[in-house]
Amino acid sequence: MTASVGESGGGMTEYIQHHLTYLTVQLRPGAFWTLHLDTVFFSLLFSVAFMFVFIGAARRATSGVPGKLQCAIEMLVEFVDQIVKETFGGKSRLVAPVAITIFVMVFLMNFMDLLPVDALPAFAKQVGLGHLRTVATADINTTLGMALCVFLLIQWVGITEKGLVTFFGEWFTAPFHAHGLVAKILLAPPNLLLRVIEEAVRPLSLSLRLFGNMYAGELIFVLIAVLTLGSRLTQFATYPFGVIQFGADFIWTLFHILIITLQAFIFGMLTIVYLSMAAEHH
Amino acid sequence: MDIAVTLVVQGLAFFLVVWLVMHFGWPGFINALETRQKKIAEGLAAANKGQKDLDDAKLRAQEIIREARDKAAQIVEQANKRANEIVEDAKKAALAEGQRLVAHAHEEITLEASRARETLRKQVADLAVRGASKLLSREIDAKAHAEILDKLELEIERG
Repeated sequence: MTASVGESGGGMTEYIQHHLTYLTVQLRPGAFWTLHLDTVFFSLLFSVAFMFVFIGAARRATSGVPGKLQCAIEMLVEFVDQIVKETFGGKSRLVAPVAITIFVMVFLMNFMDLLPVDALPAFAKQVGLGHLRTVATADINTTLGMALCVFLLIQWVGITEKGLVTFFGEWFTAPFHAHGLVAKILLAPPNLLLRVIEEAVRPLSLSLRLFGNMYAGELIFVLIAVLTLGSRLTQFATYPFGVIQFGADFIWTLFHILIITLQAFIFGMLTIVYLSMAAEHH
Repeated sequence: MDIAVTLVVQGLAFFLVVWLVMHFGWPGFINALETRQKKIAEGLAAANKGQKDLDDAKLRAQEIIREARDKAAQIVEQANKRANEIVEDAKKAALAEGQRLVAHAHEEITLEASRARETLRKQVADLAVRGASKLLSREIDAKAHAEILDKLELEIERG
């Protein structure tokens, strides 16, 4: 598992550093124009795969006896639709498709964490790519990108469900309701402040929660891999450490199956909740 | 944390995926699901209705059979009654006819007997007159002695 890197003699720090470095391309000079090729590649790969399967199956969807693929997707669709129907009070047709996209995309990108940490990077090295991070959701850019999209959707749903006047009016009149002109003017600034904080916290909490979980999960896999870093078959210590490594890896993988599913669910569920809150009148 | 252009790319890609799913993926499945739900509901309702119709038909059939059985029994009873009546009537008619025949025969016999008696009486009277005339050797005027002759006739009749 660690043969390719361990031989280099750089030790643990270099190994871990190597695993936490993105494959980048500089589009233009300046720190902002650094594109994480690996993150973009894997998220696009899963996007295309998801689109291909989902839309392909939707085209062939029949209201008669469904095939196996349609059955499987319908289970997911019904699951999401049920949650949305129970949670979302508005009339927007946007919420359920957003939720299912988040569920599936986050789950697929998280799932890369379950592959052996060195498998794809080792392959990439053979092809000539120095670095490769396979878990797109362990990149803050992905999670924050999605969370900001959700933020924009929240504003959009708020405006379309309530109308511009009510929507912007609520910025100054909720959560503190006032009667009388003076009280209204007095309470407007704190209302606006709370509103801004509330809106700003949502994408941050959404993105940091997912990023943190996936980053930590990936890091723990890397740390488990470090156990036998640089070991040789001729050394005795390789064998007990190998057993411990296998056990730890196995347990963490099992646990991580739960985490990646749960994180995908939480991201999607919170999106539904935020969107339904945006559609509610105060 | 190196937030950079990747964020923009990821955000746009996510938007695109959401848009595609919303327009080309989700409606297909939801429509299929809803149509199927409706079909199943209709099928179940039809099954219930069919079951109910079947039960009704069974009840009706039982009723019809019972009615038919009653009617048949009634017809048989009527037929029996009618047969009895016919036999009874025939018996009566035969009896009446027999009695009529017997009465007729009696009448005939009586008539015949009286006719024979009349003839016999006349002949006897004649014979008696002839005998008496011969015996008295004188002519008896039949007309003159009609009273005596009638008396004689009566006596003969009685005798």
